[in-house]
Amino acid sequence: MAAELHVELVAADRSVWSGAATLVIARTTSGDIGVMPGHQPLLGVLESGPVTIRTSEGGTVIVAVHDGFISFADNKLSLLAEIAELSDEIDVQRAERALERAKAEADAAAALRADVRLRAAAGAH
Amino acid sequence: MGAQVRVYKRRIKSVTATKKITKAMEMISASRIVKAQRKVAASSPYANELTRAVTAVATGSNTKHPLTTEMERPSRAAVLLITSDRGLAGGYSSNAIKAAEQLTKRLTAEGKEVLPYIVGRKGVAYYNFRGRTVTESWTGFTDDPTYADAKAVAAPLIAAVSQETAEGGVDELHIIFTEFVSMMTQTAIDKRLLPLSIDEAKAHAETTGAAKDQILPLFDFEPSAEDVLDALLPRYVESRIYNALLQSAASKHAATRRAMKSATDNAQDLIKSLTRLANAARQADITQEISEIVGGASALADATAGSD
Repeated sequence: MAAELHVELVAADRSVWSGAATLVIARTTSGDIGVMPGHQPLLGVLESGPVTIRTSEGGTVIVAVHDGFISFADNKLSLLAEIAELSDEIDVQRAERALERAKAEADAAAALRADVRLRAAAGAH
Repeated sequence: MGAQVRVYKRRIKSVTATKKITKAMEMISASRIVKAQRKVAASSPYANELTRAVTAVATGSNTKHPLTTEMERPSRAAVLLITSDRGLAGGYSSNAIKAAEQLTKRLTAEGKEVLPYIVGRKGVAYYNFRGRTVTESWTGFTDDPTYADAKAVAAPLIAAVSQETAEGGVDELHIIFTEFVSMMTQTAIDKRLLPLSIDEAKAHAETTGAAKDQILPLFDFEPSAEDVLDALLPRYVESRIYNALLQSAASKHAATRRAMKSATDNAQDLIKSLTRLANAARQADITQEISEIVGGASALADATAGSD
C-alpha cells in the first residue's frame, strides 16, 4: 500500500471534504506547494486558487479555495478556507456571469474569485 | 344570553386566538433551535483547526504580534455585545445587556475607556434610549447569521485593535454573547478575545479535543511565522465572532421557545378560569330566570285567588 495522508478540508461553515490522499497541491502566497505523506510539519497561508487532491483510490478532487491556510502535521493535512467549493458544486454559468460582471465593474477581488471557480471547474472536466 | 356571559365568551375567544399564535411561535422556535445548533456543529471543525493552528504558531515561534501582546497600560477596550433584533424572548436580550453593563463597570473601574460595538436592535435601542454613543452597530441578521455577517462585524474591530491607542485604536477586545449550554440553560457570558492569551487558546483546544498531543511539532512556516500570524489572527477573531453569533442565535430561539411555552400555558390557565366564570355567570342567569318565572307565576296565582 502506498503511503497516504489524511486530508480534512473545512470551510468556515461546513466540512467540505475529508479522506485519504497521496498528494495535495495548493497555492500558498509564496508559490505552489505539493504535500506528500511524511512531509515536514508545515503551516502556510493560501492564496485563492484551485487545490488539487489526489486520492488514494487514484481519483482527483479539485476544490476552489478562497483565502485560507494549509497545515500539515502527523500525516494529517488540514485545509482551512473561508469559502471552499468542490469542482462539481461550481455553477459554471453563474461563475462566468460573475466574471463578466466583475470585469465590467472593475472589481478585481470578485473577478479573481470567479476566475478561480472557473479554473477549478475546468480542471475537473 | 346575559350581558356578563357575552363578555366572558368574547374574552375566551380572544385568549384562545392568542394561545394559537404563541403555540405556533413556540413550535417555530423549537425547529429553529435545531437548525441553529446544526450550524454551530457545522462551524466547529473550522474553529477547532484554526485554534490548533493559532496555538501552533503562537507557541512555536517567538513572534510578537500586536494581537497577542498585552499592553503595559491598556487604556481603551472595545466591547462587542450580541443581542437580538426581536423581542418575545423572555430575558434573553436584557441578560446580555446586564452582563455588558457589569463588564463596562469593571473595565471603567480599571481605568479603561469602553467603546461599545453592538449587534442586534434590542441592544442598540437600549443604548440609544440612554443617550450613550455606540461606536458601531449591526442589525438584521441575528436570527440566522452567516459567515459574511461575522466578517462584517469583525472587520472594524480588527482594524481598531490593529491601530495604535494614541490614534484611536483599542488595546483589548471583549465579547459578550449568550452561551448555549443546553435546551433549558443559556447564560450570558463575557470573554476577552484579544489580546489572545495562549493559555486560553490551549484550554479551548484541549476542551474541544483538537490538541491531545502535548508537544506540538516544529512547524515550517510558509512564507514566515509573522505573515502566517498576520493572516491567521483576523481569521481567528472572525471565527470566534461567528461562533458567538451562532450560539447567540441558538440561545435566542431557545429563550423564545421557553417564553412562548409559558405564554401558551398562561393562556390555557386564563381560558380555564374564564370558562369557570362564564359558567357561573350562565348559571346565575338561569337561576335568576327561574326565580323570575316562579315569582311571576305565584304573583299571577295570588292575583287570580284574590279576584275569586
